[in-house]
Amino acid sequence: MQDRIKYWKGLEELENTPEFAKHAHNEFPEFLPINETSGEGSIGSGKTPRRDFLKLLGFSMAAVSLASCEAPVRKAIPYLNKPVDVEPGVANWYASTYFSNGDYNSVLIKTREGRPIKIEPNPSSSITPMGTSPRAQASVLNLYDNNRLRHPLIKGVKADWNKVDSEIMSALRNVSGKVAIVSSTVISPSTKQLINEFGARFSNFEHVTYDANSASALTSANAGVIPGYDFSKANIIVGINADFIGSWVAPTPFAKQYIQNRKVSADKKEMSRHYQFETRLSLTGANADVRVPIKPSEEAAVVLALYNGITGNGGNVPANFDKTAFANAVRDLKANNGKALVVSGSNDPAVQTLVTAINQALGAVGTTITDAPYFVKQGNDGQMIRLINEMNAGTVGAVFFYNANPAYDHPLADKVVAGLKKVKLKVSFAERVDETAALVDYVTPDNNYLESWNDYEPKRGFLSLSQPVINPIFMTRQMQESLLAWNGNKTTYYDYIRNNWSKAISGDFNKAWEKAVHDGVLENGVSLLALSTTTNSQTPAAAASTLSGKAATQGIEAVVYEKIQIGTGQEANNPLLQEMADPITKATWGNYVAMSRSMAEEMKITQGDVLKVTTAGGKVLELPALIQPGQARGTVSIAMGYGRDLESMPVAKGLGANAFPIATVSGSTILFSGPVRIERTEAVSEIAQMQTHHTIMDRLVVQENTLAKYKENPKEVTEYIRLATHDGPAKPSTISLWDDYEYKNHHWGMVIDLNSCIGCGACTISCNVENNIPIVGKAEVINRREMHWLRIDRYYSSQENPEGGLAEFERPEDNPSVIFQPMLCQHCNHAPCETVCPVAATMHSSEGINQMAYNRCVGTRYCANNCPYKVRRFNWFAYANNEKFDFYMNNDLGKMVLNPDVTVRGRGVMEKCSFCVQRVQLGKLDAKRENRRPKDGEIVTACAQSCPTDAIVFGDMLDPESKISKILVREQGERAFHVLEELNVQPNVTYLTKIRNLA
Amino acid sequence: MQHVSPIREPLVTGGKTYHDITEDVCRQVEAKPNVRWMAAFAVALVGLAIFIYSVYRTLWYGIGEWGLNKTVGWAWDITNFVWWVGIGHAGTLISAILLLFRQKWRTSINRAAEAMTIFAVICAAMFPVLHMGRPWLAYWVLPLPNTFGSLWVNFNSPLLWDVFAISTYFSVSLVFWYIGLIPDFATIRDRATGPIARRAYSALSMGWTGSAKAWSRYETVSLILAGVATPLVLSVHTIVSMDFATSVIPGWHTTIFPPYFVAGAIFSGFAMVLTLMIITRKTFKLEDYITLEHVESMNKVIILTGSIVGVAYTTEFFIAWYSGVAYEQYAFINRATGPYWWAYWAMMTCNVITPQLFWFRSIRRSLTATFIISIFVNIGMWFERFVIIVTSLHRDYLPSSWVMFSPSWIDIGVYVGTIGLFFTLFLLFCKFFPVVNMAEVKSILKSSSAVRHTHADTMHSTDKGLNTNTQHNNE
Repeated sequence: MQDRIKYWKGLEELENTPEFAKHAHNEFPEFLPINETSGEGSIGSGKTPRRDFLKLLGFSMAAVSLASCEAPVRKAIPYLNKPVDVEPGVANWYASTYFSNGDYNSVLIKTREGRPIKIEPNPSSSITPMGTSPRAQASVLNLYDNNRLRHPLIKGVKADWNKVDSEIMSALRNVSGKVAIVSSTVISPSTKQLINEFGARFSNFEHVTYDANSASALTSANAGVIPGYDFSKANIIVGINADFIGSWVAPTPFAKQYIQNRKVSADKKEMSRHYQFETRLSLTGANADVRVPIKPSEEAAVVLALYNGITGNGGNVPANFDKTAFANAVRDLKANNGKALVVSGSNDPAVQTLVTAINQALGAVGTTITDAPYFVKQGNDGQMIRLINEMNAGTVGAVFFYNANPAYDHPLADKVVAGLKKVKLKVSFAERVDETAALVDYVTPDNNYLESWNDYEPKRGFLSLSQPVINPIFMTRQMQESLLAWNGNKTTYYDYIRNNWSKAISGDFNKAWEKAVHDGVLENGVSLLALSTTTNSQTPAAAASTLSGKAATQGIEAVVYEKIQIGTGQEANNPLLQEMADPITKATWGNYVAMSRSMAEEMKITQGDVLKVTTAGGKVLELPALIQPGQARGTVSIAMGYGRDLESMPVAKGLGANAFPIATVSGSTILFSGPVRIERTEAVSEIAQMQTHHTIMDRLVVQENTLAKYKENPKEVTEYIRLATHDGPAKPSTISLWDDYEYKNHHWGMVIDLNSCIGCGACTISCNVENNIPIVGKAEVINRREMHWLRIDRYYSSQENPEGGLAEFERPEDNPSVIFQPMLCQHCNHAPCETVCPVAATMHSSEGINQMAYNRCVGTRYCANNCPYKVRRFNWFAYANNEKFDFYMNNDLGKMVLNPDVTVRGRGVMEKCSFCVQRVQLGKLDAKRENRRPKDGEIVTACAQSCPTDAIVFGDMLDPESKISKILVREQGERAFHVLEELNVQPNVTYLTKIRNLA
Repeated sequence: MQHVSPIREPLVTGGKTYHDITEDVCRQVEAKPNVRWMAAFAVALVGLAIFIYSVYRTLWYGIGEWGLNKTVGWAWDITNFVWWVGIGHAGTLISAILLLFRQKWRTSINRAAEAMTIFAVICAAMFPVLHMGRPWLAYWVLPLPNTFGSLWVNFNSPLLWDVFAISTYFSVSLVFWYIGLIPDFATIRDRATGPIARRAYSALSMGWTGSAKAWSRYETVSLILAGVATPLVLSVHTIVSMDFATSVIPGWHTTIFPPYFVAGAIFSGFAMVLTLMIITRKTFKLEDYITLEHVESMNKVIILTGSIVGVAYTTEFFIAWYSGVAYEQYAFINRATGPYWWAYWAMMTCNVITPQLFWFRSIRRSLTATFIISIFVNIGMWFERFVIIVTSLHRDYLPSSWVMFSPSWIDIGVYVGTIGLFFTLFLLFCKFFPVVNMAEVKSILKSSSAVRHTHADTMHSTDKGLNTNTQHNNE
């Protein structure tokens, strides 16, 4: 019988003594009398004697002070019902797509406990199988942007969706005049279809597409699309003001193609030769073998001369530039028929017409230009300018802005603002109250792409998908859902996409769809995006005659360009990108007037002097000057995207000035350059550069050589340091006081190919996101306290034998050659940092990794001083939870991006690259669970994974079959070198010499 | 009555008697503070306030309050540290090494010099703690048994050697100084009128009786401590120099550093002693005890050490050239001609050129000139450390990381503040402690005498304590 069993707490209870019964109802046992235990004469006195008082006092003091040391409790609430697929501590990966402003990346999203925390490339994609752009890397933080709109707005006031919907729908019923959707390029077939359906209801509807950084002329000269460039097939590449691996059209896929034919090894001693004619020193120009500075107004002359040279009409090279380089370019192009490619970033239709003609003459079509065009830029400048005029004329009844902010990023922004006043119904889908959204009646905030279903077709026949990896954080609604709702369509956008796809896909649709969702891409040739093709009315001959009539402009010409970091300004509120160093200038947090040294000296300008730049339209920009080697004489260049003054963009507020007004609008053409007047003001404004010394000072830090030399004898392209000993010259590593470490299991190492690195900086952002690296802000970058664990050192060449001695070495050449060197902890086997730490907070792992024990570090900074590579970073302040550093680590939303596998470092602690030790450990654990050795390529550092050109290889140097071991064996004595080998610190990071294909 | 030797210059001038000495020295302690002392103390307290504020900012907000950056991880902090440690060398050198060498002239200055050492080392010791990112964990650099697992300090690290060197030096100096003070405290105790003063000095004098046994032990301990302290004078700065010498940074990685640093430390220590002595003797009217002879002797040490330092500077350059290492060569060319050329030439002018003026006897014996030059040396030695630390770090191996360093207000505040702290302590010392070692000075009063009285000879040669005490009791 169950009730027989009796449980008791103690013998007292069992026996139920009277004493027990008496106390049973007292919740607390009797108070322990201190008196009895204390000293003489106190028994029964009822007084607390001095000694007991002191005891109690001491105890309570200690208790109070101990309690005050306790950290505040932050609750972690476990799942009540664990969602399927969510395993705490285990990441889930979802395929998705990042597309913004032409920058297309097929990506994988890493989520932890339901939070997206990292973006990685999607190897299933053939367009961007490796690496991503820096913007794609940083885009995960946009999701957690504290300044996104949390609900729809009606005239700036919070509203609910029902009210917004009913008001907009009734306004649409009564709309008179034109209804327009203004957007930047839409590469989503379903969205396009939806927009068309939406427009079909109105008698006068137009979907106006414009791109802030336009490629309108390029598409108009190529039947409405971007030609299907394939740089990997080109032996000769000529770029004319086209920053195609930086910010022009589709930089990530182009970079991948470009570098494919630039990598060299013992098996492939050929590489493409790249000529670049350009105004500003762009990332592309920095990678070119031959670079010729030209003014924007000389573009026409160069293209014309090139056209005449190729087609055999004898070109007249503009008088004032490098004739040899030009002649070589023509010679090489002609000699490589079918293997050459010419691209131009000009937005002048005549120039683009000629470039198309040149490529046709070179036999590029079908070889270096495939028949699958890119759709990533579809903007039509004429269409937008026409709409602006119509708005001002009052014939537009309703306008919707989708991914478009013309009140800021259009050269005719003033007219947009004026015209908007005459439009009755104005709606913006902006995620925040941007310049345009501030002027509209309804802001119906769109979801972040990580919260949305969507489809993409960046290139004909290459489809990809994005899928929600988190529920919408705020009361936002995807733009497509809004359109469906206003159309009275009850289907969800997910079903809408499926319907749209099912029409084109034959066979088992569900299976195909599931595979597409899983892979993120569908690349079987199915194309859904039907673009209206246009024909170019201009013949090359007509274009040539137009261009030949153009005279070079006098005075200073300014170029407006797109930075790799914040693009046209759409990423301006992303602190990761604001603090990303420009690949060339190494500047962060703001724009500036880049000018050549000679011009600055003529105008008595020094770096940091604030200049008054007056545009042709009379707009005044006040920006500091930056001395830029390689900038064409008589020109300046200013980045777009800055000069924001909005509450919704606190990160960008007060940085730089808006450069769009410099662009010239003539008829339906926008040229991103224009004449300016420059005056010096008395003010000085420091530019936050992460590197302020630009030349290599004749040191053997980076190594480069020519292709000719490499072909002749690959053993002679790299200089190896030998120390003099009495036994003759010796390798530094053979002379040592130290015992070497013995690696029994793994020996992790990295190889960085300087020939493959284009310097884009995607790795730095990837590293930042992976390792929770704090943002420090402009002032602290000026103080030289940026926290990046991985940086890209950029060196300009200086004259080889300067007569002025060392001071001359410090001066870059006017048109320097540029070399990039990713620099991170070298994980030295004889690490100078390890010996000097008094508390042994930094030490060597048994697998060759130089590791930091953050909670052991007392912060003497000796290790950083003693690091020859200066890769250690110190937490000068508390960067998390500090309102002085009000970036993502200071708010609960932003902190959701933090990688739970990596400690957020506290104040006063040293940190540095860990070789992503958390990934190494994970890889080893996974392998161990499956009773096997980790496979090569399974463990990849964040930098290596995000590199779009595969310049970084990480792996186990003890595994003879690993990629890194093979490279090291292959390149030993040829291109492999260690930086500062003579110090004998024996780094685990090896670099490969850069090879230039000089003409 | 003082006997004046016809051959030797007297070490104490003005015909002082034993009683005069007691009176002259005790006057400062017993009388109300004079106006000049009050004024000086007020200024020192302002300095102390600056120190407290700057340290508060540093501790509360972090090292970011200073001007350091990713490339220059040490600048004013360690410059100040080495500067103060250097200053802290003179006291022990004077009391220990000169005691061993039987240099009797040291007796009237060793007390103040030792006090200066203690206070300078206190100031110096602030910096290794303050410059830490997490100073509340400073005790982790001590090899303490702990519950963190098998965590132990890294005995390879020169910073750890520093911890031992500085703490040993400080404790030995403190004990040496304090033991020297005991007989004088007893004198003040015996003269004290107020109850508080009597109690305080009674406690401080630790029951000193003045018996022959006590004097004998006192002498023995002094000699032993002198023996212990002497190697420390050399070791402390040797070890401090190893913070730099054992690193891989060009400009730091230099084998000449230990002797060069020790010479520099003595150089700067003597300069600081001179600066302070010249003020003290004036303020407290101790001209008869701290005489021109003292000043001149110290100036001679300054010429010697200043020249050693000068040779070291040139040797560094020679070796940089001779080594053939481009980085090393650049580090030194950059020092002299780079963006911090002014610091380098300030150092050269102050440390190498100005002390050479002491070859002239008139300058050597001029108080004004000595005072000015001593200040120059103090400045020069600060710049020496700044040059070594900052110009080596700011442009090391990879040009991409080259930066400039500029101090923040807090940097300046901490430095100025330690000077305030130093003077606060020194002025308190001057007011409440006997600034001249009465007992020892009394022992040299007749050192050059040729008096026939046998008892005077005995007193002179065997036990100066007996001598002093007899005097004392007589008065």
